[in-house]
Amino acid sequence: MTPGQIALRAVIVGFIMALVVVTGFAYTTLLERKLLARLQARVGPNRAGYIPLPQRGKQERKLLGGILQPAADAVKLFFKEDPTPAKVDLIVYNLAPMLAVIPAILILAVIPWAGEINIFGAKFSPYFAIAPGINVGIVFILAITSIGVYGIVLGGWASNSKYAVLGGIRASAQMISYELAMGLAVLIPVMMADSMDLGVITAQQPHIWNWYVWRQPVAALIFWITAMAELQRHPFDLLEAEQELSAGFNVEYAGMRFGMFFMAEYMKMVSLSAIAAVLFFGGYQGPFVEQFPALGFLYLAIKIIIGLAVMIWIRASWPRFRYDQLMQFGWKRLLPIIVLNFIITGAYFVLLDAGVLPSFVESLHHFFTG
Amino acid sequence: MISAGSDTIQELTVEELRAKMGTGMEIQDPEEHMLLSMGPQHPSTHGVLRLLVELDGETIVNLAPDIGFLHTGVEKTMESKTFTKALVLTDRMDYLSPWSNNLAYILAVEKLLGVEATPRAQAIRVILAELSRISSHLVWLGTHALDLAAMSVFLYCFREREYLLDIYEMVGGQRMMVSYFRPGGLWRDLPDEFEPAVRHFLDFFPARMADYEALLKNNPIWLRRTKGIGVISAEDAVSWGLTGGSLRGSGVNYDVRKAKPYSGYENYDFDVPLGQDGDVYSRYRVRIGEMWQSLRIIEQALDNLPDGPVNIDNRKIVPPPRSELGHSMEAVIHHFKLWTEGFDAPKGFVYQSVESPRGEISCYLRGDGGPKPARVHFRGPSFVNLASIANMAKGQFVADLVAIIGSLDIVLGEIDR
Repeated sequence: MTPGQIALRAVIVGFIMALVVVTGFAYTTLLERKLLARLQARVGPNRAGYIPLPQRGKQERKLLGGILQPAADAVKLFFKEDPTPAKVDLIVYNLAPMLAVIPAILILAVIPWAGEINIFGAKFSPYFAIAPGINVGIVFILAITSIGVYGIVLGGWASNSKYAVLGGIRASAQMISYELAMGLAVLIPVMMADSMDLGVITAQQPHIWNWYVWRQPVAALIFWITAMAELQRHPFDLLEAEQELSAGFNVEYAGMRFGMFFMAEYMKMVSLSAIAAVLFFGGYQGPFVEQFPALGFLYLAIKIIIGLAVMIWIRASWPRFRYDQLMQFGWKRLLPIIVLNFIITGAYFVLLDAGVLPSFVESLHHFFTG
Repeated sequence: MISAGSDTIQELTVEELRAKMGTGMEIQDPEEHMLLSMGPQHPSTHGVLRLLVELDGETIVNLAPDIGFLHTGVEKTMESKTFTKALVLTDRMDYLSPWSNNLAYILAVEKLLGVEATPRAQAIRVILAELSRISSHLVWLGTHALDLAAMSVFLYCFREREYLLDIYEMVGGQRMMVSYFRPGGLWRDLPDEFEPAVRHFLDFFPARMADYEALLKNNPIWLRRTKGIGVISAEDAVSWGLTGGSLRGSGVNYDVRKAKPYSGYENYDFDVPLGQDGDVYSRYRVRIGEMWQSLRIIEQALDNLPDGPVNIDNRKIVPPPRSELGHSMEAVIHHFKLWTEGFDAPKGFVYQSVESPRGEISCYLRGDGGPKPARVHFRGPSFVNLASIANMAKGQFVADLVAIIGSLDIVLGEIDR
């Protein structure tokens, strides 16, 4: 294929995937509201959109109540009055939501959704992604997620509100402290796969016992924690701590400009779940995926949904960290552990190459790597 | 409508802001520090409390509470109502435990009149006051946990509170503004469904309590957020006049139910849970312990609930039953007199303390010989407890301030009155 064809295909696939993910984001909000409601002995949204079933006796029966709730939310956000507070920095104020939401979508470019696959005669190789075969996929992800924080910091700063400024400051400090541990946690799968290409990393974990999570549980856990911090998800949602800063960085935003911040958070939830699945849980790999590569979409979607459910579960059960405790946790706990993990992993591979490891360690290694 | 960038909004200097605030707070460094106004519309100020906070980064340098947004003039209004009718206003002060307010006022009225309720009425008052301690503590626990973002606890607590509110409705016809205790007894006897409903509550509630404990008691984040936060020493707690769980969290053994028993509390066997550290966690433990003790008291009171009338036999104070109105002229006259004029109370004043869920609520009541109180004043525990907040919060973070407000368990309706 010529570069022009590759670019055209990437645009088409990217457009479709972006639409899928925006819908997915909308239903992530519904999943969160419904699941959270169930965890908290509530019902959750059940009015907007349902499939009526034939009445049995006096009981009115409905199926999938609330299925259109995301659409109703979107309509509400679009039609809400969107006032601009006095004395804001207009350019930055308007730019900030976009700066937050665009990186959230961009992360998806490098995620492999299925193996080598033919769709309507078009052959996707070596794997299906918007931008397949980028050999610095992980660097791309780290770079893009760091841009996202500018949206939050600038939005908080430009709003001309004290609560928003506090939220923005918290955001920048939190990102700096967690980016480091996250970067190191991500490097461990890179060392193990000997590649930064997410497709290669996935290809290395074809069976459930090959998943990197079994060999690197600490790195997987720390990646998950730092991803939650990166997302500003509970219990790290200090920058919008409702009870302290009322809404933090987005307190002065309304309507769809707030909606974009909201979108950014939920899309990042989806994409970071996807990255976690790729790095540690075998990505699109699953039973029969060699014969039917289209199953890859399903497997990755299931793994993403499980990741989202865990995030929601954590939100339902835990209190929030305090600002300084978060810093301590990041710098004094996570960073030393992941550095140690990093050194041990590196030393292990060097020793393995030198062939000085005891034979049972090597046979264990061959069992896991297949 | 305010357009962006227009000059219609003026920036206040710190001095002007201070003058407008009226809190008289000392601002230590107007140039470097941020002056943050928390409330009256803020998610975790438990109503309409406003706090002016001086921040150095996120550390609190100084703060002053600004109250009065919910002032309704309860005490003054009571002076224009008869002793019986003034009762309904006490519900509206501490709306999370109206039973305790009612009890304080009713006991003061009875003291002024020199009458005492029947044993059955006293036992019923104890049961309901303890149920209200549990329902009020459930709101406290839920909102306190919600302030630290443990969201589920809030909803679980409100589920159980709902059951208790149903019991209140069964007893008094109202979920919150009950006004069930009346001078000389009660509005009416308990309905038959009351005892099974409370027994059922006693059955299932301990398991639910265990759930809340499992979510919070040893949760590492919860411990970090509450231990060593908002510490107040026992001496300070006493000199600031703290009462209730906020005082006992510092280890001072003072409970009105033990110190000055009322309504037959001396007949029940219960402990007063005490904390040691005087921090947010100790206050949390104390209130959780109080809920267990309340369960004990309710069980004892239900087991030993005496039979007999719930109202004293004094038609000048207690209205006659409706069944007598059809055939007794005397009853009709009493009824008419009571609901038009009320009863005359002797000259003099009384002071009656009650242990409400929030601390010692006391009623000062002065009669001038007429049917209306000459002066009513309440010593509200929330009001007094809130005064110590600056002392506790200085040097802590904004996030801790939220925890401290939650641990003081204030109700703004009672602070502003």
